[in-house]
Amino acid sequence: MGIKQVSVFVENKKGSLHEITDLLAKANIDLRSMCIADTSDYGIVRMIADDSEKAMRVLSEAGHTANIREVTAFAVPDEPGGLAKALNLLESNGVNIEYLYALVTTETDKAYTVLRTDDSAKAEAVLAASNIELLDEKHI
Amino acid sequence: MEKRKYYQPEIETMPVEEIKKLQSEKLVAQVQHVYAHVPYYRDLMDKKGVRPEDIHGIEDLHKLPFIEKSDLRETYPYGMLAVPLEDCVRIQSTSGTTGRRVIAYYTQNDINLWEDCCARALIAAGADKEDVVQVSYGYGLFTGGPGLNGGSHKVGCLTLPMSSGNTERQIQFMTDLKATVLCCTPSYAAYIGENLKEMGYTPDTIPLKAGIFGAEPWTASMRKNIEETLGIKAYDIYGLTEISGPGVSFECSEQGGMHVNEDHFIAEIINPETGEPLPDGEKGELVFTCLDKEAFPLLRYRTRDICVLNRTPCSCGRTHVRMSKPMGRSDDMMIIRGVNVFPSQIEAVLLNEGFSPNYQIKLGRVNNNDTFDVYVELPPEQFDDSVKNIAAKESSLKDALRSMLGIGPAVHLVAPKTIARSEGKAVRIIDERKLHD
Repeated sequence: MGIKQVSVFVENKKGSLHEITDLLAKANIDLRSMCIADTSDYGIVRMIADDSEKAMRVLSEAGHTANIREVTAFAVPDEPGGLAKALNLLESNGVNIEYLYALVTTETDKAYTVLRTDDSAKAEAVLAASNIELLDEKHI
Repeated sequence: MEKRKYYQPEIETMPVEEIKKLQSEKLVAQVQHVYAHVPYYRDLMDKKGVRPEDIHGIEDLHKLPFIEKSDLRETYPYGMLAVPLEDCVRIQSTSGTTGRRVIAYYTQNDINLWEDCCARALIAAGADKEDVVQVSYGYGLFTGGPGLNGGSHKVGCLTLPMSSGNTERQIQFMTDLKATVLCCTPSYAAYIGENLKEMGYTPDTIPLKAGIFGAEPWTASMRKNIEETLGIKAYDIYGLTEISGPGVSFECSEQGGMHVNEDHFIAEIINPETGEPLPDGEKGELVFTCLDKEAFPLLRYRTRDICVLNRTPCSCGRTHVRMSKPMGRSDDMMIIRGVNVFPSQIEAVLLNEGFSPNYQIKLGRVNNNDTFDVYVELPPEQFDDSVKNIAAKESSLKDALRSMLGIGPAVHLVAPKTIARSEGKAVRIIDERKLHD
């Protein structure tokens, strides 16, 4: 289970992000979500694209440092406490979250979340056991 | 008691012709000593077709082969030793990797000779028995602390063996014990000065009257700044572990170049490309020959420092030749915060840590202190989408660099192919410190 995420290393300087989105736009790649983790020197842009392999190829060929990995994604009811319940489950089972961000969804009553944990197999098992819907590539 | 003008007046003011005669006698004996006891040197001389009996005096010096840092590396650790190890009482060492590290051995006589040189420097800076000398050079393998410490003992000063760092404590001892002479790197002197100023000290409330500063390049404007902030006269000192340590040459009150202790060392200037000796007054690479060191007597050692020698008489009365402050290097060595750093050391760490050797070093100066930044391209195989993991790699690289170099640079990871290249060749070093006037 899980969905593919493409990450790319960017320096903290003017135009870096635009260069990335421009490359992807020219390759006709649609982004479903994006988040940036930044430090004073550099940032890591993480994104979910409709064609991850192609996005990875385009970025690498343009000389960017990028990688592709599976991340856990799940859907919760779009209501107060929906995400809290899922995170509570992970925490009480000793799964630590490295990062987390939201993903675009077409289902109006659901909220999609992407996350990386220190143990993705366990995270997915814990969520599935409580009937939280796990997402895969066909959801994006 | 009237202050001494010289530590060893008969030697320091010896007529030039007598110095030459003394050097010639010592050189003949030294060449015999080295030829007889150092097989590596004997081979070098044999290869060059020169025998000890060909050396009759300093006029024959040019016949001898050069010794370079690579020779010292090749003969590490004992290959240049000219006396039995049991006659040695101390080692000192240069900073750097095993590959670059030089271990110098000293007999008790060698230590005495070295400390005499430092004592001459202290007296020349106006120090004498009643002075309190604060030695804030590092102690240990580095020659700065031990050299000035020994010289200060010889003069009879009260010596504060502070070593470097812990500025608060430095200032407390300096003000409580009324230190009158400070010995450290010029950048550390400037740093101590800034701290004193912030604490409300003015030049006339600081007890210091002189400072002996060396081990790194500094400019006339830096000297002026230190002299004004601390209310002292600042003296330059030069030396290198390979030859003995600080005190190979030192400045007198004229501040017009550093007198080379010519009774112990011969200074030559050569063309770094051809190795040909250059006449006095011409700029070239400084080469030293140790005349009476016993354990580690290097002959014609190439320092890689670019200097000029000045043989015009000095009004201080010393007759020994004066060398200029080094004006640059004939190799790629950098001196950062008093530590010798070679780009090759940084390359070795990068490769070892799994990074590409695509890097750039930026050196700057803020408040008279060196800034040292290393920009490293992050290769795809080292990339991770977690900031925590990248930060860990960055920190491990920084630790490895610190342990290799002895000083820690700020490490910045940059995207591949972003380091400036000129005509296909990467620009490795950007030095914006303006170290030379």
